[in-house]
Amino acid sequence: MVTAVTSFGRSGLYDWMIQRVSAVVMAAYTIFLAAFIVLTPELTYEVWKGLYSTLWMRVFSLITLFSIAAHAWIGLWAVLTDYLTNRLMGNKATILRVLMQMVLGLITVTYVVWGIEILWGV
Amino acid sequence: MKKNRPVNLDISTIKLPITAYVSILHRVSGVALFAGVAILLWMLDKSLSSAAGFAEMQDTLSSPLCQFIIWLTLAGLIYHMVAGIRHLIMDAGIGEDLEGGQKGAKIAIAVIAVLILLAGVWVW
Repeated sequence: MVTAVTSFGRSGLYDWMIQRVSAVVMAAYTIFLAAFIVLTPELTYEVWKGLYSTLWMRVFSLITLFSIAAHAWIGLWAVLTDYLTNRLMGNKATILRVLMQMVLGLITVTYVVWGIEILWGV
Repeated sequence: MKKNRPVNLDISTIKLPITAYVSILHRVSGVALFAGVAILLWMLDKSLSSAAGFAEMQDTLSSPLCQFIIWLTLAGLIYHMVAGIRHLIMDAGIGEDLEGGQKGAKIAIAVIAVLILLAGVWVW
């Protein structure tokens, strides 16, 4: 059995809900960006920069960035608690899993900070 | 609860239905996409840095190895998103039974195959 102490929303119901809300945000962003790239007749640097200079696009991108972070944490938590278990590898599983979560958490925070730098550096 | 309950999770002894393959690939693509975020952020960073960076990104998109990596990332994104939308549809109560689940899995695979092909056309 795995406790929920390292999960994102601290309860299965919250994680379930956050996973779906973040998924809808990311899907909307992906579909919008794909449509923008395909439907723009000639995608120049000016057009691309112009898109990312608008406030609404920065807000949309930032919400998507946060969605990626939450969604990845919940998904990776589910994967780690399924495979790095005491049943499969004994007591060292918990230590290994928490270490992995720390590393993955660090990468996630790096993604968020990097993304903010990109968005506000335009 | 009994501590040592028997568990049969020896995948090699279980015949997996199509829904199981769609499910495990959803998981695999999700883990892969966590690394894919780095590639997508790098592309965004480079393309927005300057006009020269944007042109460099266009050049990168014409080298075969980079094209392949970007296509793989897009394929992972497409797979994970379509399989995820199937989840949302099932959350709404559609296709939750055995037959509906198998049908949904087949539809998802068909949609994914078409979109991954289209992404390939776009990259190349």
